[in-house]
Amino acid sequence: MHELSIAQNILDIIKDYRPSDRPSRIRTVHLQLGDQSGVVADSLTFCFKAVTEGTMFEGAELDIERIPFSIRCKECGATTSNEAGLFRCAACEGTEVDIVSGTELQVAAMEIVDEGAAT
Amino acid sequence: MSVITIERKVLEKNEAVASHNRELLRRHGIFAINVVSSPGSGKTSLLERTIAAMKQNFRIAVVEGDVQTDLDARRIAAIGVPVVQIVTQGGCHLDAPLVKEALQSIPLAETQLLIIENVGNLVCPANYDLGEAMKVVVASTTEGDDKPLKYPAMFRNSLALIINKTDLIPYVACDLPLLRRNALSVNPSLRIFETSCTTGAGIEEWCGWLKEQLNRTV
Repeated sequence: MHELSIAQNILDIIKDYRPSDRPSRIRTVHLQLGDQSGVVADSLTFCFKAVTEGTMFEGAELDIERIPFSIRCKECGATTSNEAGLFRCAACEGTEVDIVSGTELQVAAMEIVDEGAAT
Repeated sequence: MSVITIERKVLEKNEAVASHNRELLRRHGIFAINVVSSPGSGKTSLLERTIAAMKQNFRIAVVEGDVQTDLDARRIAAIGVPVVQIVTQGGCHLDAPLVKEALQSIPLAETQLLIIENVGNLVCPANYDLGEAMKVVVASTTEGDDKPLKYPAMFRNSLALIINKTDLIPYVACDLPLLRRNALSVNPSLRIFETSCTTGAGIEEWCGWLKEQLNRTV
């Protein structure tokens, strides 16, 4: 349950990117979230709304791209994925594996609408 | 509308402070371990046993993390080693900035081994680097044999597993060989120790290994 501090971290990062030279509104913040990142997407969405309330980011949507968990087997070389986050190769059952994806927690981009521009 | 590319890790600030902590500890020749587990698995008892076994030969300091109270810090202070209590006031894990602040109250020049006892929680602490040399996960027999499968990140990110409360094996539904297999399935290189902090069984072996790790780096 550390989604609130994660949401605060996201807010701290996106603050650096808001254009200071023109009035604008942040429409969407794109976040990449690995299935095994230990962060609950619904809670994070709720917390993001809470921390942005009353700030210049109020109303911004948090768009969460889920990234499946996948591993590469050191024995057979196969890259396989499983929802359970298991460290066992689905091809050969080997347990010497590297994580390829699924632990991401990254702000990818944000969409900005210029205020006052033609709608 | 315009799109701004950001591509920054959400926990980058924590990682930067963790690097700072690691460098500070390295400069002072301090070996730091981050002890993690669910609540009630016996982390503080393990610390008491470990400190008692090692304090003749090593200068030890402790950072205690708890959601509330300084009960654990008082237990550690009673053994006579420097201890700093971090009260997270609801926070589910320690993070690098909290540890950085705590380190200001630790006599770094007089410390060889720093033990950080994290908040009891098998989920969140896995994601937060504190600047430690390694994580040590404690799992007690009363928690059953399936915890490594249910909380894989914690067992994956740890270098050693301590299976505690082995004296209770006759009374609990915990298949010890299965617990070991489950742990090794998420982390094949995990070093596993079996201890009872009530009887003291296994403490010598664990401390012997810890001393080896310490001597290798300090």
